[in-house]
Amino acid sequence: MIYRSQFPRDLFAEMDRLQREMAQAFDWSPSIRGLTRGFPAMNVGSTPKSVEIYAFVPGIDPNALEVQIEKGVLTIAGERKAETAGENATLHIDERFAGRFRRVVTLPDDVDPNNVTAHYRDGVLHVSVARREAAQPRRIAIQ
Amino acid sequence: MSDKTQVSESRREEASLLPPVDVIEDANGITLYADLPGVPKDRLNLQIDADTLTIEGEVALDMPEGMEATHAEVSLPRYRRVFTLSKELDSGRVGAEFQHGVLKLRIPKAEHAQPRKIAVQVV
Repeated sequence: MIYRSQFPRDLFAEMDRLQREMAQAFDWSPSIRGLTRGFPAMNVGSTPKSVEIYAFVPGIDPNALEVQIEKGVLTIAGERKAETAGENATLHIDERFAGRFRRVVTLPDDVDPNNVTAHYRDGVLHVSVARREAAQPRRIAIQ
Repeated sequence: MSDKTQVSESRREEASLLPPVDVIEDANGITLYADLPGVPKDRLNLQIDADTLTIEGEVALDMPEGMEATHAEVSLPRYRRVFTLSKELDSGRVGAEFQHGVLKLRIPKAEHAQPRKIAVQVV
């Protein structure tokens, strides 16, 4: 806009803004919010005996998290409240996710939905789903 | 209070994630919330050096032995973000709370920077 470029209020702030916009456009800065992927961010890993799912849901009462497995699909849902700025307060930066969320992961066919553990620690929900015995690799002896 | 993470990132070798923050200012100070999921309390490092606030944390997850990552969105084990504090903030009285992966920092304004109402006189 002409108005803005003629009267830059603060050159450094303008440069910061430009840099931020560029970073956003080219996705330079690694963001844990993963705007295209949604909240919460998730890591998934596997071992021969289990499938491990880590959901990064900071600042949530673990009892308010809904975790369920149905037909081989793991669903993690809940709500995160926004930090309210009181009266006469100014919100300068607002990047943290707030609101209801839901993420779904399809589990492999060989998991046992009755053998699941879930822990919440340091803002991370860790769900471990065991694989069925029969599915675990067995070494075949060569005669 | 301004964010200068981008600038400092180029000087550093170790890659890290940029934690999302909320910054709220009221008459008496600034409150900062930062999401640092996966960081235990003892791996959180807060530093104030002159007017620079550095938030760093290392992610520690319980991973079973022999686990292979198949999908990773949190792909680096470290968070880092740097802010410049403005002069009216009292960096000697910063309060910090860390619970469920959320850091809450309260940085009060110095006494002399508290708001004062100035009466305008009509001459």
